[in-house]
Amino acid sequence: MYEFIINFSYLVASVLFIFGLKGLTHPRTAVRGNLLGACGMLLAVVVTLTDRHIVSYEYIILGMVVGGAIGAVLAMRIEMTSMPEMVALLNGFGGAASIFVAGAALIEGSSLTDSPILQLTIATAASGLIGAVTFWGSLVAFGKLKGLISENAILFSGQQGINSVLAILVLGLSIGVVLNPESFSLYWLLVGVASVLGILLVLPIGGADMPVVVALLNSYSGLAAAATGFVLSNNVLIITGSLVGASGIILTHIMCKAMNRSLTNVLFGVMGPSGEGGQTADEVYGGKVKSASPEEVALLFDAARRVVIVPGYGMAVSQAQHPVASLAALLESRGTTVEYGIHPVAGRMPGHMNVLMAEADVPYDALKDMDEINQTIDQVDVVLVIGANDVVNPLARTDPSSPIAGMPIIDVDKAKIVVVIKRSLSPGFAGIPNPLFALDNSLMLFGDGKKMVLDIIAALKDS
Amino acid sequence: MEMFLMSFTVFVLAIFVGFEVITKIPPTLHTPLMSGSNAISGITLVGAIVSTGTELWVTTVLGFLSVVLATINVIGGFMVTNRMLAMFKKKT
Repeated sequence: MYEFIINFSYLVASVLFIFGLKGLTHPRTAVRGNLLGACGMLLAVVVTLTDRHIVSYEYIILGMVVGGAIGAVLAMRIEMTSMPEMVALLNGFGGAASIFVAGAALIEGSSLTDSPILQLTIATAASGLIGAVTFWGSLVAFGKLKGLISENAILFSGQQGINSVLAILVLGLSIGVVLNPESFSLYWLLVGVASVLGILLVLPIGGADMPVVVALLNSYSGLAAAATGFVLSNNVLIITGSLVGASGIILTHIMCKAMNRSLTNVLFGVMGPSGEGGQTADEVYGGKVKSASPEEVALLFDAARRVVIVPGYGMAVSQAQHPVASLAALLESRGTTVEYGIHPVAGRMPGHMNVLMAEADVPYDALKDMDEINQTIDQVDVVLVIGANDVVNPLARTDPSSPIAGMPIIDVDKAKIVVVIKRSLSPGFAGIPNPLFALDNSLMLFGDGKKMVLDIIAALKDS
Repeated sequence: MEMFLMSFTVFVLAIFVGFEVITKIPPTLHTPLMSGSNAISGITLVGAIVSTGTELWVTTVLGFLSVVLATINVIGGFMVTNRMLAMFKKKT
C-alpha cells in the first residue's frame, strides 16, 4: 500500500510536469504552467521524505536549506542579460547531482533499489559519464559566456586525436564499472576521465555557437537524470529526464537549422575564415560605407511609417534593451508601427533576445520570428540593426563559398533603408566582411549601442 | 530483465510525449523553457534525499552534495523562470 501511494504520487508529479511544459506553449498560460511544475516537484519531494530507507533528516534538511538559499539568491539577482550563464550553471549542477546520486547508489548496492544488478551498473556508468561531461562542459560554457575563458574557439593540434583516445578510455572504463560494480574507484576514475572529455569537447567551441552548446548540455542534464532513474528504477526520474532530454534535443536541432550547420559541424568542425573566392574587407567596404549621425538617423525615423528593429548579442552586451524599447515606444506614440525581427540564434542561447525585450516591457506579440518578418521586409521603411552581424549578412544567400552559405538570415538588405549600430566594421563570429554595410540603402552609426539609441531618442524629441 | 524493459518502455514513451509537447512551444519562450526544464531536471533531488538519509557516512556525504546541487536547480530554476515569465506581457 505504501509503495502504491509513493508511486502514485510520482505519477501525479510526472503528469504535473507535462502539464507544466504544456503551459509554456503560450505566454498567457506560461506562469501557471511553471507553478504546476513546481507543485509537482513539491509533491515528489514530500512523499520521498517519507521513504522507509531514511534514518536521519539533519543532512537532508541542511542540504535543502543551503541549496534553496543559493538557488533563490541566484534567481533573484541574476541580470536578464546573463541568463545564458545561469542556464549553463544549472545544467552543470543537474549533471553533478546525477554523478553523486549514482555513485551513492553503487555503494549502497541492491539495498537501496530494486533494480537488477546489471541495470544498476550500466545505468550508474551512464549517469557518471553523462553527468561528468555535462558538469564540466557546462562549467566551460559558463566560463566562456562570463568571459573568464576566451570566447574564441580554443584549438590545439591533435585535439581530435586526444578526444578519440579519451572517448575510448571512457567506454572501456564504463565496461569496467559494469563488470566490477564492487570496485568504486573505477567509477570515480570514469567520472574523472569523462570530466576531462567534457572540458575538451566544449573548449574548441566559439561564442556564437553557444546557443547550440547550451541547448545540448540542457539535453544531457536531462539524460543524466533519466540514467539516474534507471539506477534507482524510479519512473518519475526517467519520465522527467526524458522530457528534459527531448526538450534539449529539439532546441539543439532548431539552433543548428538556424545556422544551416549539422550538429557534428558545430561540435567538431572549425568555422574558419572564408575559403576561395571570399572578398577581403577592403574589397567589400572600400569607400562605399556611409556613416551617419544620430540626428540624421532621427530624421529617417521621423519620416518612417514602418520600422523593424533587429537585435543581436551586441545589444545584450551594451545593455541597450531598455533604450531600444523606449525608442520603439516613442516612435509608436508618433504613429509609426514598430516590430522586432528575432533571429533564432541571435544572442547566446535560444530565446535570449525575446527575454531581454520582455524585460524592457516590449509586448510579446511585437516580437516576430525570422520567417514572419522576412515576408514583408521589403515594405519596411527603416530597419535598425543593433549588435547583430552574421545573422543579417546577405552573403549567406549570395556566396556559396562563404562559411555561412545557406544560413537563413533576416533579409534586412531588402528594406528601404537599413541603419546599423555597430562599434566598428570588425567582422562577426564567422570572420567575414558583411556587404550589407556597403549597400546603397544602408547607413552605419558607429558607437556604443546604448549611447547611440539614447542619442537618437534625444534628437527625435528635439525635432 | 522484465524490470528493465518496463523502465525502458516508460523512457521511450516519455521521449515521445516530450517531443509532442515541446515542438509546440514558440521561440519567444525558449529561454524560460530551458530554465524551466532545468528546474524539473532537479528531480534528481528525489534520489539524493534517499541517499542522504541512509546509514553509511559515504553515501550521506554524496547524498548531501547532490541534495544541495539539485535544490539549487529546483529553487533557482523555478524562481528564475517565474521571474522571466512574469515579464512577458500582451500588447495593451
